[in-house]
Amino acid sequence: MALERSDVEKIAHLARLHVDAEEAQEVAGRISSILALIDQMQSIDTRDVAPLAHPFDAVQRLRKDEVTEVDQREYLQRIAPATQDGLYLVPKVIE
Amino acid sequence: MSWETVIGLEVHVQLDTRSKLFSGSSTTFGAPPNTQAGVYDLAMPGTLPVLNKEALHMAVKFGLAVDAEIGRRSVFDRKNYFYPDLPKGYQVSQLQFPTVGNGSLQITLDDGTQKVIGITRAHIEEDAGKSLHEDFQGFSGIDLNRAGTALLEIVSEPELRSAREAVAYLKKLHSIIRYLGISDGNMAQGSMRCDANVSVRKLGATEFGTRAEIKNINSFRFVEKAILHEAQRQIDLIEDGGRVIQETRLYDADRDETRSMRSKEVANDYRYFPEPDLLPVVIDEAYIEAVRAELPELPDAKRARFVSQYALSEYDAGVLASSRAMADYFEDVARLCGDAKLSANWVTGDLQALLNKSDLEIEQSPVSAQRLGALIGRIKDQTISSKIAKTVFEAMLGNEHSVDDIIESQGLKQVTDSGAIEKLVDEVIAANPDQVAQYRAGKDKVFAFFIGQAMKASRGKANPEQLNALLLSKLKG
Amino acid sequence: MTRRTVAELSRSLARGEFSSLELTQDYLARIRAHNALYNAYITVTEELALTQAAAADARRARGEHGPLTGIPLAHKDIFCMQDVLTTCGSKMLANFVAPYNATVVERFNAAGAVTLGKTNMDEFAMGSSNETSFFGAVRNPWDPERVPGGSSGGSAAAVAADLCAMATGTDTGGSIRQPAAFCGITGFKPSYGRISRWGMIAFASSLDQAGPICKSAEDAALMMNVMAGPDSRDSTCVETPAPDYMATLNDSLQGLRIGVPKQHLAKGLGAEVEAALQAALKVFESLGATVKEVDLPNNHLSVSAYYVIAPAEASANLSRFDGVRYGYRCASPANLEDMYKRTRSEGFGSEVKRRIMVGTYALSAGYYDAYYIKAQQIRRLIKQDFDKAFQDVDVIIGPTTPHTAFKVGEKNDDPVTMYLEDIYTIGVNLAGLPGISIPAGSAVAPNGRSLPIGIQLVGNIFAEARVLNIAHQFQQHTDWHLQQPEV
Repeated sequence: MALERSDVEKIAHLARLHVDAEEAQEVAGRISSILALIDQMQSIDTRDVAPLAHPFDAVQRLRKDEVTEVDQREYLQRIAPATQDGLYLVPKVIE
Repeated sequence: MSWETVIGLEVHVQLDTRSKLFSGSSTTFGAPPNTQAGVYDLAMPGTLPVLNKEALHMAVKFGLAVDAEIGRRSVFDRKNYFYPDLPKGYQVSQLQFPTVGNGSLQITLDDGTQKVIGITRAHIEEDAGKSLHEDFQGFSGIDLNRAGTALLEIVSEPELRSAREAVAYLKKLHSIIRYLGISDGNMAQGSMRCDANVSVRKLGATEFGTRAEIKNINSFRFVEKAILHEAQRQIDLIEDGGRVIQETRLYDADRDETRSMRSKEVANDYRYFPEPDLLPVVIDEAYIEAVRAELPELPDAKRARFVSQYALSEYDAGVLASSRAMADYFEDVARLCGDAKLSANWVTGDLQALLNKSDLEIEQSPVSAQRLGALIGRIKDQTISSKIAKTVFEAMLGNEHSVDDIIESQGLKQVTDSGAIEKLVDEVIAANPDQVAQYRAGKDKVFAFFIGQAMKASRGKANPEQLNALLLSKLKG
Repeated sequence: MTRRTVAELSRSLARGEFSSLELTQDYLARIRAHNALYNAYITVTEELALTQAAAADARRARGEHGPLTGIPLAHKDIFCMQDVLTTCGSKMLANFVAPYNATVVERFNAAGAVTLGKTNMDEFAMGSSNETSFFGAVRNPWDPERVPGGSSGGSAAAVAADLCAMATGTDTGGSIRQPAAFCGITGFKPSYGRISRWGMIAFASSLDQAGPICKSAEDAALMMNVMAGPDSRDSTCVETPAPDYMATLNDSLQGLRIGVPKQHLAKGLGAEVEAALQAALKVFESLGATVKEVDLPNNHLSVSAYYVIAPAEASANLSRFDGVRYGYRCASPANLEDMYKRTRSEGFGSEVKRRIMVGTYALSAGYYDAYYIKAQQIRRLIKQDFDKAFQDVDVIIGPTTPHTAFKVGEKNDDPVTMYLEDIYTIGVNLAGLPGISIPAGSAVAPNGRSLPIGIQLVGNIFAEARVLNIAHQFQQHTDWHLQQPEV
């Protein structure tokens, strides 16, 4: 399946990546060649095969409802790009 | 032309767990920003989720309370979207295999009839953080304390047909989750939040109209107002030749209107897929039966029992059973005084009025069930009249004096000594010859005047029945 | 020159031939002398190493040591190490000082191992050549014109050049085994779920697995004894305790049933690699094993399925890199969307962006069934093929890679050709099985350099001990694993 430039723009937006106009064509080509590889899967019939999400059958383990974390705000915010009054700052969120 | 409103509700209930859904961070409400956001909640690279046992337990409890199918194998999925209050860039939720499947609950309509509303599903998911928009010079501040808190999203079938029904459904849901103790259901604090899918269609039509999803409804009152507003907006739009578009709208309580959100945004594509950091949650029969055994008596069962056991009206029984605390309070009072009907009147009447006035929950009642029971007991044994009881009730507020002490110290005890009452009656008759003449001439209404005068003379304490009988016989002459 | 294995160093420390501090200083000196050429380390934690070495010596003096106490180690820069730069080979995390320790790091610390630093890697472990690192390509110690393989190329080069005694790696589609083969060392990917992933920066959560990169199967067993075992912080980590991997190393191979996948001997396999494999099979036969052909009929689709599943999971795993809480943020964003897009476009390299887009596409509305579900179905078929094969054989042996190490820059223009080189390793990840690559021969490059060849031994699920035993027995009777490049 070959991708169009418009597909690349749509995917890039979903993934919040910036692809400029010159790049888009090249990216579309590269991704198309990967999709061609992937499309080899379509050569076999898997109608009655259940999808396998994990390599072995195991079930979720449960955790006791206990508070085990302590407040480390100052420490954890030392590596943050921008904070103020304990809040992470981002460009204005418009709803 | 007549229109019908079709409503489905998506209710997010914050589960009252101590720690978050997938991490050991605290969930206390109102902590300083980001003091309850640990490495997983902040989506630090390399961190992984482990499911909180209690959240699952609470979800199953809810499922059983609404007679729902319990997913024997539920699967968590990632719902992908970018938002600053969503640290991982995906929300862990359940799409295809939720923990709670099809169920139902019953609501009471305004005319007293019952209606069953289908519950499509209830799934466990994590909450997002909060964005704060004020005071940051063009920036928003992100607080992730709430991020990762356990939510149960309860989705109804589109079977609600008016804003009133939607409110009744929401109140019933609220009552059930409070009964189960799985959430405080506090809408103002956001521990219960409601999105409404609203559409309109011509009465009698079978197809649904295009729906709009209204977000951000944070009180019972606003649910009603938002739906009424939105339905009217859609009707006006269609009647003017327009078309409803499927979109998300935000309810603005200040202006009482809904407005379009993210209208410019390309349609969301959440790219759900199974969360590979978690394994399927498998629940067996033994677990389900153990949870079932823990279920308390639920509002409907309690209401029915109140009607049959205490001969209460459906209405009173419904009011009392709407909250577990209220029902327990009522039953305590009734047991102590031995008169359920009188107890119901007091709890739904004077006590409820008092609570409403001071904006208190029954748990915070200034009058305990023990004291109210004692008060009603004194009405029953004729120590005081019902009217005096109201005076005593007032006097009980703001102190812990016993009912008997109050009656005693304020001299409120009912006069039942027939000699004393007779003396009162004689005095009143003697003092009002004109009215006696009127009465005897056939003006029956004057009788009330004599009762009033005699009561006044007794400072309200005369036994009303005795007073009545004596007055009748003496006035006859 | 002969290699210093962990087992030998441990014995030397025990005999008091040198202290951990001396050993550590020696390794630090080697790093100072040679790292500029190989670029194997992103961060050298010299101060920490010296402190840990002194502590290890003190511990040994008190008699509280284990086999790895005082042994110098390098961690792939994918493992979070508290208060140490943890970059994952990316500009996105070039400033990221991790606020917590990965379980693997914690366990090596508890064992008294000495951390020399963090090794270079393909960005977010996406690559087979170590050329996608923001910190530059790593060079193969056998021939610096060639790649060390990837994504754990820094760890592999560091072990091969003896810039550490042992190293950690991670393997999503071959990222431990392929660089081990290219660098002539031993690299082991245990079964999925055997080692905790807590603190290991995720690429593809259902495939990623940590493992040892070292000089012998015995060293791998020593490392596994520290790394493996349950962890309450990783839901996908199995709860059964890990066995003592040293205990069964010397079990006999008499009667061992070896399967060789006929698909692995088909077109695409280099002649020198095939010759080395055949020679190795002879060695096993001489030890009492029998060899038969097994069928993995769907293996040819493993690369296709992998390039859906891994990018799909990665596309979500890498969404957290948004410039809000840590890591890179673009300069003066105009608005929120601009911040997201520029942060991510400037912070990620082109291979990472490509895979994010492939994954996003595979999960998007209308394509989910055709790509994601289809790939998970193929995944089941591949696992079933292995299950069936393991009814007849105890271990599957084949090449690790079709060819020896290629030249830096040689395959940059064509990602798909590079992806296809992982044809023997990827299926093992999809099925979650344990696989080890051990040196089994060498080829001569046109420039006269000797290039190592690796073979892969794949065991049934959780049969780590058996795989290590078989590899160890091979190494008891061959010396490919002890050959060391001239540094």
